[in-house]
Amino acid sequence: MSDQIFFSSTDNTPMYSQIMEHVLARVLIGDWRPGQALPSIRELASASRVSVITVKRAYLELERTGVIVTRHGIGSFVADTQDLPRQLAQEEFDTHLLGMLRAANKLGMPAAAVTEVVHNSLASELTAAVPEKQATKRK
Amino acid sequence: MTTLETPALKVRGLQKNYADFALHNIDLDLPTGQIMGLVGANGAGKSTIMRILIGLIKADQGSIEVRGYRVPDGQVAIKREVGYVSDDMRLYKAQTLRWHMDFIKSIYPDWDEAYAGQLLKRFDLRAHQVLRGFSHGQRVKALLLLILARRPKLLLLDEPTTGLDPVARIEVLEALAEVLRDEERSVLFSSHNTMDVEQLSDTITFLHQGRLVASQDKESFLSSWRRVVCQGQCHDALLERVRAMPEVASARNSGSIIELKVRDGGDIFQSRLQQLGLTITTVEPMNLEDIFVTSVRAGGSQ
Repeated sequence: MSDQIFFSSTDNTPMYSQIMEHVLARVLIGDWRPGQALPSIRELASASRVSVITVKRAYLELERTGVIVTRHGIGSFVADTQDLPRQLAQEEFDTHLLGMLRAANKLGMPAAAVTEVVHNSLASELTAAVPEKQATKRK
Repeated sequence: MTTLETPALKVRGLQKNYADFALHNIDLDLPTGQIMGLVGANGAGKSTIMRILIGLIKADQGSIEVRGYRVPDGQVAIKREVGYVSDDMRLYKAQTLRWHMDFIKSIYPDWDEAYAGQLLKRFDLRAHQVLRGFSHGQRVKALLLLILARRPKLLLLDEPTTGLDPVARIEVLEALAEVLRDEERSVLFSSHNTMDVEQLSDTITFLHQGRLVASQDKESFLSSWRRVVCQGQCHDALLERVRAMPEVASARNSGSIIELKVRDGGDIFQSRLQQLGLTITTVEPMNLEDIFVTSVRAGGSQ
């Protein structure tokens, strides 16, 4: 009975992407392991009080991003791939990068200025991050 | 023979004329196992359509099939397999809910007593209370219980959530969601509350003044409409050119900021805006209510 999606009442994110997020979270946490069967579309829809077509769309998108695999007539399963977290981090990076470029555009920053800012903050980030790493190693 | 492939509803060219209202050329398709939400303002024709489907009113024109049975020839089978709930249905005020349950049970062999018991609990109703003492919300829930416990294959629910308090509304929606667990059962429900429809429906049908404004599966509906905000030197000629684009259902500006509501806000549309010298700042999805109001105001169907 615990397989149900919790929806936000204030978040404007479409329901299908909230479903995707929920499934992803449960895969990343390890509730659902690679190869494990997911609840059927109809089951999950009914339990979450959302239409079948919405869950279907979420599953299709999850399939496209490689999080799950669907075997026709059998059901959907968590994909066996191990590099899921990396892929997600990559997506997050791309989104932020795009956001930064847009903001730079708003400010009218030339390309050289953008790369310089990135370069400088990378340098300060790295010098800040390195000793921290060494400190944890020593422990 | 009714199978999973038989559509729950197939309506073509439905026409009904009254002195001061008419239904114009209505087509509806509801595959078995799906939920369709019928959205429209008061007086749009939602109840008239439901009454025609269940055979309470005769259509002037058009072909109507309910679970594969033609209306009105298949009346008997339709009444057995379809459950219809509407606010104007009367219950016997002097009798208890239990009396009503036994009455329905004696007519319909498919009555599910265990399910009726579950619904009593879910709806927080007392079987031995006489109907006179029921509040509006309790009366609606009692009606739903009496219909749901028959386990009809198709539910026609005319404004099942109207006038309910938030708690009762959720209880009713939960009971509806449970129906969808069974892939043989289908639901057509009407509402002027788009929020109720948005969550549960597979297909959305917009009705306005007796005409079908749109009928589409919900996901493609929600994913095609976009609110686009852009900036640029805004003059009347530009605004006219933007309004003339077929995708644009509404366009307004406040100084150099222009807000558009479009039926298909994909990349092609966006690049055309950029060619007009506009800078796009926001592209976001719209909720069903906004889509409904926008398409009704734009006046056209797609």
